[in-house]
Amino acid sequence: MKILVSVKRVIDYNVKVRVKSDHTAVDLTNVKMSMNPFCEIAVEEAIRLKEKGVASEVVVVSVGSKSCQETLRTAMALGADRAIQVETEDGLDSLSVAKLIAKVAQDEAADLVIMGKQAIDSDNNQTGQMVAALLDYPQATFASEVAIENGEAQVTREIDGGLQTLAITLPAVVTTDLRLNEPRFASLPNIMKAKKKPLDVKTPADLGVEVGSNVSIVSVTPPPQRAGGIKVGSVAELVDKLKNEAKVVS
Amino acid sequence: MSVLIIAEHDNKSLKPATLNTVTAATQIDADVHVLVVGFECQTVVEQASQVAGVTKVLVADNAAYEHQLAENVSKLVVEVSSDYEHILAPATTTGKNTLPRVAALLNVAQLSDVIKVEAADTFVRPIYAGNAIATVKTTDAVKVLTIRTTGFDAAASTGGNAERQVLSQVIASDRSRFLKEQLAESDRPELTAASVIISGGRGMGNGENFKLLEGVADKLGAAIGASRAAVDAGFVPNDLQVGQTGKTVAPDLYIAVGISGAIQHLAGMKDSKVIVAINKDEDAPIFQVADYGLVADLFDAVPELEKSL
Ligand SMILES: Cc1cc2nc3c(=O)[nH]c(=O)nc-3n(C[C@H](O)[C@H](O)[C@H](O)COP(=O)(O)OP(=O)(O)OC[C@H]3O[C@@H](n4cnc5c(N)ncnc54)[C@H](O)[C@@H]3O)c2cc1C
Ligand SMILES: Nc1ncnc2c1ncn2[C@@H]1O[C@H](COP(=O)(O)O)[C@@H](O)[C@H]1O
Repeated sequence: MKILVSVKRVIDYNVKVRVKSDHTAVDLTNVKMSMNPFCEIAVEEAIRLKEKGVASEVVVVSVGSKSCQETLRTAMALGADRAIQVETEDGLDSLSVAKLIAKVAQDEAADLVIMGKQAIDSDNNQTGQMVAALLDYPQATFASEVAIENGEAQVTREIDGGLQTLAITLPAVVTTDLRLNEPRFASLPNIMKAKKKPLDVKTPADLGVEVGSNVSIVSVTPPPQRAGGIKVGSVAELVDKLKNEAKVVS
Repeated sequence: MSVLIIAEHDNKSLKPATLNTVTAATQIDADVHVLVVGFECQTVVEQASQVAGVTKVLVADNAAYEHQLAENVSKLVVEVSSDYEHILAPATTTGKNTLPRVAALLNVAQLSDVIKVEAADTFVRPIYAGNAIATVKTTDAVKVLTIRTTGFDAAASTGGNAERQVLSQVIASDRSRFLKEQLAESDRPELTAASVIISGGRGMGNGENFKLLEGVADKLGAAIGASRAAVDAGFVPNDLQVGQTGKTVAPDLYIAVGISGAIQHLAGMKDSKVIVAINKDEDAPIFQVADYGLVADLFDAVPELEKSL
């Protein structure tokens, strides 16, 4: 079984972003970039399936400028076998990314596509579902447990009310939630080895996909700031404030 | 042109998130239709027809739709889409599961977590865990949006009298099967609809200690929430997680207990009206957003709080 995993290069989750003063975008200059945490979980899951002998090959794909090759190398250091960079400008819209990933999945004849549930920059939570729709594959989003058996994936999903378990026939798309696994760290020897693993570069034209979007950004502004609060000295003072000042407790 | 909303429900009752979505829809156009896809969901249909502002309820009631699998619902929505310029769903796990599929099938974009309608083609949504607010304009023929419920008041659940239309097409994928569900049962208000929430973090130490929060919650009629760390550690189930990748809440009162205030947690609760933080570390970032901060050991403060309410 072949697994395709998508990985996105995003601002590191520890960085607090700032909006540019001209309100056109967030400022990404000299900001630490990392693999999207949900994609790390996707890579880890694929590697575990390979280690269990369920998968035979793990291919990683990223859509973006040359800098995302770094993210692909990280994924290979973690254990992916080879990588594909689809060379585009950064910040392409989700539907275009989904079309490119769907085409790669088709060309690779991947049995399972594992993606993050959400990129922590756009907070879109949609690309995986779009890939599934474009390929007319079944999907299991927000996965916290995946078991593959008899050409089927049994996936437990984190939903608003609790947990739901689905059985989907492969080929299929799974998107990862936080509790699916705990990603490993890459060892130094594996980082060295990853430098020699194959990394193909393709363009949207190579894939026969037209990219573009009808959505434009009007402005990007900082969120409203909360006025600073106060420290109270005791529980009694807290309760008094809640009752008599904020009036949220009767 | 009319706006279509996909109702959030569990076949038994219409979920409040639908009501906030109706308000968002009425800001786009006065003609608001609600699609109820489910199985034996007649009560939901009744409730949806009474929501103020809803003019028509479309009903697809079939065993194939019992679990609202995204594969089936998305195709059904696409079949009725030609009558609509806007298709909305609440930004719940159900809405987020289905709407991107609808958008991709229609070859249009999907805008997630809309918090404000500027115009029929211009919408506001948070990005980067709410640290930036983007205003976006779309010229797509159909605008597909998930609505963050905290951005819009709930429409009145009564006062409407919508006409009904039955959809008879049955779309049933044989490649996705429902196996089981473990739903949390609680007498407390739903997290996203509660007016008071008390949340616990890693500082709670273990699941047993969440009983301390329950004592306070009982007195305040509050829902109980948690940080990711508390969920990861197994103190409480996943459906209690508040944050960037959990639930977004904006109650009148949010009490954070033993929660440090990471960016990702703040993303889910910083629009609450009044925030209280109880933490023994006076430098915890949660104090920067708290209206009332109490530096104290939670094991002393929380029982005392319960007694004094
Ligand atoms: C991709 C991604 C997504 C994430 N999504 C979310 C999300 O949706 N929601 C979320 O919450 N987090 C999320 N996180 C995790 C987030 O970064 C933090 O790790 C998490 O919020 C920390 O939880 P915490 O505050 O409970 O724990 P900690 O940061 O460990 O804080 C515990 C606090 O308890 C206090 N404390 C300890 N003992 C006591 C005591 N006896 N009395 C009083 N105070 C005490 C400590 O002083 C400390 O401030 C995400 C992270 C990533 C990478
Ligand atoms: N440019 C990209 N390159 C590779 N994968 C991506 C890209 N954008 C999104 N994805 C994948 O889609 C997931 C969900 O992203 P999003 O829908 O943008 O929140 C991410 O976790 C990635 O796995």
